[in-house]
Amino acid sequence: MDLNFSAEDIAFRDEVRTFIKDCYPEHLNGKIEEGEELSKDDFLSWHKVLAKKGWIAPAWPVQYGGTGWNSVQRYIWSEETARADAIRLMPFGLSMVGPIIYTFGTPEQKAQHLPGILSGDVWWCQGYSEPGAGSDLASLRTKAERFTGDDGKEYYRVNGQKTWTTMAQHADWGFFLVRTDPASKPQEGISFLLIDMKTPGITVRPIITLGGEHEVNEVWLEDVIVPVENRIHEENKGWTCAKFLLAHERTGIAGVAASKRGVERIKTIARSELDEGEPLLANPFFKRKVAELEVDLFALEFTELRTLAGESSGKGPGPESSLLKIKGTEIQQRITELALEAAGHYGAPYFRGFGEGDNQHPIGPDYTHRTAPTYFNVRKTSIYGGSNEIQRNIIAKMVLGL
Amino acid sequence: MDFNTTDEQTMLRDMVSRYLADTYSFDARMKTVHGGAGWNPAVWQAMAEEIGILGAPFSEAHGGLGGGAIENMIVMEEFGRALVIEPYLPTVVIAGGALKATGGALADAVIPDIIAGKAVVAFAYAEPQGRYDLADLRTTAKADGAGFVLSGHKSVVYSAPYATHLLVTARTGGSQREKAGVSLFLIPASLAGITRRDYPTVDGSAASEIYFENVHVGADMLVGAAGEALPLIEQIVDEATAAVCAEACGLTRVLHATTLDYARQRKQFGKPISDFQVLQHRMVDMFMEVEQAVSITLMATLKLDTPDRATAVSAAKSKVGKACKFVGQSAVQIHGGIGISNELAVGHYFKRSTMIESQFGSVDHHLRRYERLAIG
Repeated sequence: MDLNFSAEDIAFRDEVRTFIKDCYPEHLNGKIEEGEELSKDDFLSWHKVLAKKGWIAPAWPVQYGGTGWNSVQRYIWSEETARADAIRLMPFGLSMVGPIIYTFGTPEQKAQHLPGILSGDVWWCQGYSEPGAGSDLASLRTKAERFTGDDGKEYYRVNGQKTWTTMAQHADWGFFLVRTDPASKPQEGISFLLIDMKTPGITVRPIITLGGEHEVNEVWLEDVIVPVENRIHEENKGWTCAKFLLAHERTGIAGVAASKRGVERIKTIARSELDEGEPLLANPFFKRKVAELEVDLFALEFTELRTLAGESSGKGPGPESSLLKIKGTEIQQRITELALEAAGHYGAPYFRGFGEGDNQHPIGPDYTHRTAPTYFNVRKTSIYGGSNEIQRNIIAKMVLGL
Repeated sequence: MDFNTTDEQTMLRDMVSRYLADTYSFDARMKTVHGGAGWNPAVWQAMAEEIGILGAPFSEAHGGLGGGAIENMIVMEEFGRALVIEPYLPTVVIAGGALKATGGALADAVIPDIIAGKAVVAFAYAEPQGRYDLADLRTTAKADGAGFVLSGHKSVVYSAPYATHLLVTARTGGSQREKAGVSLFLIPASLAGITRRDYPTVDGSAASEIYFENVHVGADMLVGAAGEALPLIEQIVDEATAAVCAEACGLTRVLHATTLDYARQRKQFGKPISDFQVLQHRMVDMFMEVEQAVSITLMATLKLDTPDRATAVSAAKSKVGKACKFVGQSAVQIHGGIGISNELAVGHYFKRSTMIESQFGSVDHHLRRYERLAIG
């Protein structure tokens, strides 16, 4: 065992650092630091830079466009991008449907979809949750009925409603869990469909969340016609894809590197904010909370590293990744709590972001502008991707055997 | 010992509660919030004339109902239940409290206008560097002939965009954090030299940054003695703190009740989620937090006119601040996705409960103050 990076690792780290410094789009600077709401163009401008460099999909196998980095290099990459406050790209294409397609897809499906995911030309969204199927995802009711078209080809007719669909307002394609066999057990009648979001019958309606953001949507599907070739994996085997994906989603969700930056940011804020004439960071109550956060983050980091080490020796991410999800999101939430606490009175002004032609400087120090909306927004992390209650159930059943 | 309210107090609660149930629906509130003015003047006039509650804590000699701290607690708790944004707190509790405590010509002139709904007061006490330290003041009021000249910057002054008066803390002497040399002024909001930057707040109100540039104020605008107002300011902030604790009791009760209703209706895995023990225990914990918040708020309110005032208020606010966080976060968590949607009331109660956590001092601030006062 060795905690230190090798000389090669350090050379790699320096290469990454230089690349980010030279190539990270200048107009994105400060957006993560101040918790600004990001536009599609913001995401794409960083995506394109990485795609051009060939570093867009470090976790993918090389044959599909991956970088061939080992787990230490991937760890360094996520550390360095977080350290630089670089935008975290949307996971739907790169971390979710991409791996599903190269794992379960046909050669035609891979050829059709993987290049667009890598280049960023195709924006993906995830159609899982429904108004009646949240934590109990397998109870989903959006149905896909198979029929033969006038052209003699096979199609599904899809009807139902999805909700909490992140960034669906920008999406070109979506991957959907739909019920293809209403008669069998809940998990066994589900299929995994790729749907072109321009297909007639799809309506996307915004849901505005507590910080005023438009991130999530309702997606209505009314007699949406989908070719059978758009199904990934076998009919009624969609749950296998979903389970595979949920494990992947959870590994990324720990967000260790970004949380490290978050803790650093709190320290910076608390050094410049005053409390009884002293820096807030000198307040023993506040300092103790920062210390506890940092200690918990070390524990999470090394838990994640152990999981990664297990993965590289051939063990896939298993139910243990639920631990990463729970502890990772709790830490993310505590960071936003402390940032809001540090902002003091200036947590209250509501700053929506700069509107068209609006360049009046927001109220209070820069680091306070979005502390409250960010705090409200990050409450979602213990709800989405399988709520933390569900994650505990998974650990109880799958890890502890209870 | 008697924890019962008097008949008059019960009537006051019923009246406020009925008025808000009839006129202050969540949709009506959100219409006001989205209107951007930060309040609904018609609601304020109705509170003055129709139900006559703006005189609740004032003496009958001033035209009030002859009540005090308990009446304020009752009104604020009901305001919390309905998530009211109108300025009872700064106008009646804070400015009213200062005027009641000092009396004199200024009180005789302004209290009747407050009761009539004509005077609306915003409390300009916070400063960018000051956090919750009431004496940490850079705003100065320099003696100038018979009056003073006011200069400085006040932060996040709730209700200032529409206030007729400002209640301002400033230094007439002493150094930045010294106890001596602090004064309190009640001034017309329209005086020359006052500029504002108005903005909405995350909890649905409107506030301002206020800049005073050589604002001439008369000696008759002083509340209390020049240079000796800090104890008075501490007193009115303690009264205000007890009042937001009462508001928090009202709104955490609603958060808890709404969550129970939702958990009973929401079905997952073939049964209501209220059947899951892990959620039952969380809702029990919410219940216990709310009950303790109500109890300690009552204690603090009953001790406002005793020597234990400061200790009791800091004890209450630290406890209530924790309750706000736990109940608010739990309500959102149990609601799941719709808990973070802006369309449902629960999210707006959560936002207000979050702001109350730090209003007039965070949990840490009040625990530290409690330690200094009670433990040494």
